[in-house]
Formats: sequence, C-alpha cells, structure tokens
Amino acid sequence: MTLFYGTELSSRLMLGTAQYPSPEILMDAVRRAGAGVVTVSLRREAAGSRAGHAFWELIRTLGVPVLPNTAGCHTAREAVTTAHMAREVFGTDWIKLEVIGESDTLQPDMFALVDAARILVEDGFKVFPYMTEDLVGAERLLRAGCEVLMPWGAPIGSGKGLNNLFGLRALRAHFPDVPMVVDAGIGVPSHAAQAMELGYDAVLINTAVAKAGDPAEMARAFAMAVEAGRMAYVADPMEMRDMAVPSTPVIGQAVL
Amino acid sequence: MAAQTAFSGGAGPSVLVRGAGVSGLTAAVTLAERGARVHVHESGPRIGSGASWQAGGMLAPWCEAESAPKDVTEQSLASLDWWDAHVPGVIRNGTLVLAPARDVGEVARFGRRTSHFSTIGEAEVAELEPDLADRFSRALFFAGEGHVDPRDALRALATRLVGLGGQITCDVPVNAGTAGYDWVVDCTGIAARDQMADMRGVRGEMLLLRCPDVTLHRPVRMLHPRIPIYIVPRADHVYMVGATMIESENAGPMTLRSMVEMLGAVYALHPAFGEAEILETGTGLRPSYPDNMPAVRRDGRHIHINGMYRHGFLLSPVRAADAADIVFGNA
Repeated sequence: MTLFYGTELSSRLMLGTAQYPSPEILMDAVRRAGAGVVTVSLRREAAGSRAGHAFWELIRTLGVPVLPNTAGCHTAREAVTTAHMAREVFGTDWIKLEVIGESDTLQPDMFALVDAARILVEDGFKVFPYMTEDLVGAERLLRAGCEVLMPWGAPIGSGKGLNNLFGLRALRAHFPDVPMVVDAGIGVPSHAAQAMELGYDAVLINTAVAKAGDPAEMARAFAMAVEAGRMAYVADPMEMRDMAVPSTPVIGQAVL
Repeated sequence: MAAQTAFSGGAGPSVLVRGAGVSGLTAAVTLAERGARVHVHESGPRIGSGASWQAGGMLAPWCEAESAPKDVTEQSLASLDWWDAHVPGVIRNGTLVLAPARDVGEVARFGRRTSHFSTIGEAEVAELEPDLADRFSRALFFAGEGHVDPRDALRALATRLVGLGGQITCDVPVNAGTAGYDWVVDCTGIAARDQMADMRGVRGEMLLLRCPDVTLHRPVRMLHPRIPIYIVPRADHVYMVGATMIESENAGPMTLRSMVEMLGAVYALHPAFGEAEILETGTGLRPSYPDNMPAVRRDGRHIHINGMYRHGFLLSPVRAADAADIVFGNA
C-alpha cells in the first residue's frame, strides 16, 4: 500500500485534465482509466475572479481526488500565490508544485522549487513537487517537508519516455520509502509500465492521453500498463544478465 | 409589444430572435427565407456584440476534424456553399497547415487526424504563398476550404434580413418581453449561461494586425505543440491572428503572455510581421456545452441555438436550419 500524505489512491494512474478535445471526452477518459487522481491547472487570471468555475465544477463532478497544480509559474512567489488560490478554489491542501526554470525544456527550477516548497509546507500545504531526477534536490525537498516526490521522465509534453533510467533508478534506490510519481514526458503505455517496473508508486499522464486520437481508449491502455508494471514490480522481476542461462537445466542430462 | 410584431408582408409565424451574432443572424435569415416574420433583438449597441466579432471566419470542415468530433465535419460540409450563397466575400482558396522545422512531426499528426488534403513540399508552398517560399519544407493543403471576414459577413446578413422584411433592433434590454411572438429563438451565446446549467465559457484571445510587407491568400494554420495559431487574411493586408483556448470565463483584456506567445508564432511564420501594426486585440467567451458541440434545444415555443464553441461560422447555418425545421413543423 502506498500512502500519499496518508491517503491511499484507488489507482496508481494520475491524469491531467488539460488539452482534451472536450470536457465530455476528458470525463470519459478519466472514467475509463479509473484514475486515482486528476490534476487541474489554475490559470491565475481565471482564479482571480473564479472565472474557471464552470470547468472546475465539471472536474469536481468526477468524484476523483483533485490535485491542483501551479503549471506555468516561473517564480517561487507566483507558485505560492497560485497554490493559495488553488486551496481556496478546490478546498484541498494538496498542491502539485511546478516552478519552471527554463522555457525550452520547461524543466523545473530546483532552487525556486525548494524555496516555494518550504513556504507552502509552513503554510500547511501537502506538496507534490515536480522535480528533475536530481538526488541532492530530492534531499532538499524532503528536508523542506515534502513527503512525496515527482521526478520528470522527460520534458513535459515531449513523449520521450524515461530519459534517464540510471537517474530514476538511483532516485528510487536512495529514497525507498518516499512515495514517488513519474510525472511528465511519458508518451506511450510502455513508458508508464517501465516507470512502474522501476518501483515508482504512480505515474502522471496528460498530453499522451489528451492528444491521442481516441483519448478514452488511450487512457484505458495507460491504466492497464500501470497495473501491469506495478504487478511486475511486486512480483520481483528477474535480473538482467549478459550471458545466456538456458531455461531447461543442462545438469543431469545424459552425456552422449 | 403587439406593435413590434406587426410585420408587413406574409402571414408566416412571427419569430423573435434574441441576439444578433452569427447564430442569431443565420437563424433570422433562414427563418425569413422560409416565410417567417422575424424580429431580431440585440442587447448590445450593434450587431455582433459578442463572440462572433472576434471569430476567425475560417470555413474549414476538414481541418476542424483534427480536434473536433466527426459530426462537426460531416454537418458542416454544406456550410461553405451556404455562406457563398448568402454573403459576398467568401474566399475559397483552401487552408495551408504547416509547422516550424523542429515541430514538423505535428504536421504528420495533423494529417493522420484529418482528410481531404494533399501533402505538399517547398515548391508548392511557394506557388500557393510566394511570401512563404523557402521557409517551410512540408505542409498540408486543404484545397476545398474557405474563409470569410466575419464582420463583413454579419453586416451582409443583417442587410439581407432587412431585405427579406425582417427587423433588427439594438440596445434592447436583456429582460425585454417576448410576448406576442409565436416563437422565440434565443441565440444569446454566453449571455444565456445562467439559463443553461451545462454551459461554460471558453476564453479566446485574438489580434488584428496590418502588415503591408506580407501577402497571404488563405488561412495559414501554424502548428506548434504549445501555441498553435492561425492567421486569416482580411482585406488590405489586415490579418486576424487567433486564438487562445483557455478554460476560463474571464472576458478581461488579453494577457501579455498570450500576446507574446501569439506574436512570437506570427513572427516565426514570417519575420516581416515584425513591422506589422497591431490594430486591435480582442477577447471573447465561446459559449460551450460539455461535448463542445453546438446544439438546438427546444422548450415549448422557445428554441435555444447555442454552444457554438469554436464552430460558430462553420455550424450556425446548419443549426439555423434545424431551428427553422422546428418552427415550420418539419422536425
């Protein structure tokens, strides 16, 4: 059982809610995936006047736990402000903290991320930080009070899969007891299965489902991959070797 | 109120159309053509006071299939002819879809989701749009599509309606009475949000530029994973650039971020746009139902044509015909 800030999720697949052809298709995808969490981005201009109200209401009707995010924030201050708005709008102290540091790769600014995490933890938030696979950064985030980590697989929306397997393995091995979610860069279900096989506790997908030709069908495919990957991890997969090991034992065979 | 319904001419049903945007005016014209006595009430100071004024006016049934349900394409195939038959200025030069070199994969994806295009190379791009020569190595050309200037088209529909004996009154209070009419057709877009529990607004921002240094003959859609834009040529080297799609009901002015992103994309299409004058920025709320499909709903003698989302010019003639079928008992 994996607890995210004390909560067990009904599924290890988290789904983002942006970029779908329509809210109806989004809702269908979430249902077909049986998603454990949905993330919602809060545009600041929408939050100010509660102008995103109608879309947020649709999200709420899904009955799936909502993880608001601070997508598009480039400074710690912006992210903190957005997190406070999100808490007010969605009535949850969960926040997926995103502070973008570089506009081409949209990679997180680890320094600002740690600063923002520290402030938000003090303000009572349960922070899910979107981070690179940096071990030292992870350590700092945990010290700042984060109890979940969300390393990237690859740049957001790139669909490249797990770019740095070594780094993701190392991160998993260093913090075996911290719930960790691979967030961003996953393109196809096999990427998601691979993340789960590495021992990650969940994956978060948005673009790969939303931009598929049939988002609901793709959502279901991801759900199956996440389940398969998790089962494989729990079943303790074999080690990889460089030499062949015959699956039929040779010892005891008659020598002719 | 009775005086308002005293139309000259035929004895068809009297219809009050509320809203003089693209839904209202297409409905009014369609009803008047079938013999209804039509009166249009517009709450704003002029026709097209809502989202229609900010529209792109692309008549692109095939391109829309990239993200819209199949129904949109199927239902809108006749729209181009409808507009051509009803307003001057419909240009049938097709649509060009392209992407910057590093995002050329987006063109392939767009092609997989759509049909009725040809894949063209640099030479053909140059032939279609000489100003884009040597800039794009691969594009999709949807020859069967067209575009229209939405503001001119709305004005032409209004003139046509008056010619058919219809009336248009602007600055009518929102709560004005509807008594005395046989039918009320509500086409008030996002203003009907409070009556429609499942309606939401989707914010869109657009720009109008004037750039004498660039000549384009057809809408160009520039694909980009983050900021897809389209540029629709208007008369006199004016270009409409659209449009953001934000799940927000804030109709406030365009944000700097949106403008930077859109102008960056325009500049990437052609650096000569750097000299363009920015004539106008606009924001509108697209009235949208959860499936993002325009719908006709009936409640007794009230008909709602709404939820146009981003398909106002493409689908309003079809929805207008559906509503007219109800009024004339063919539905």
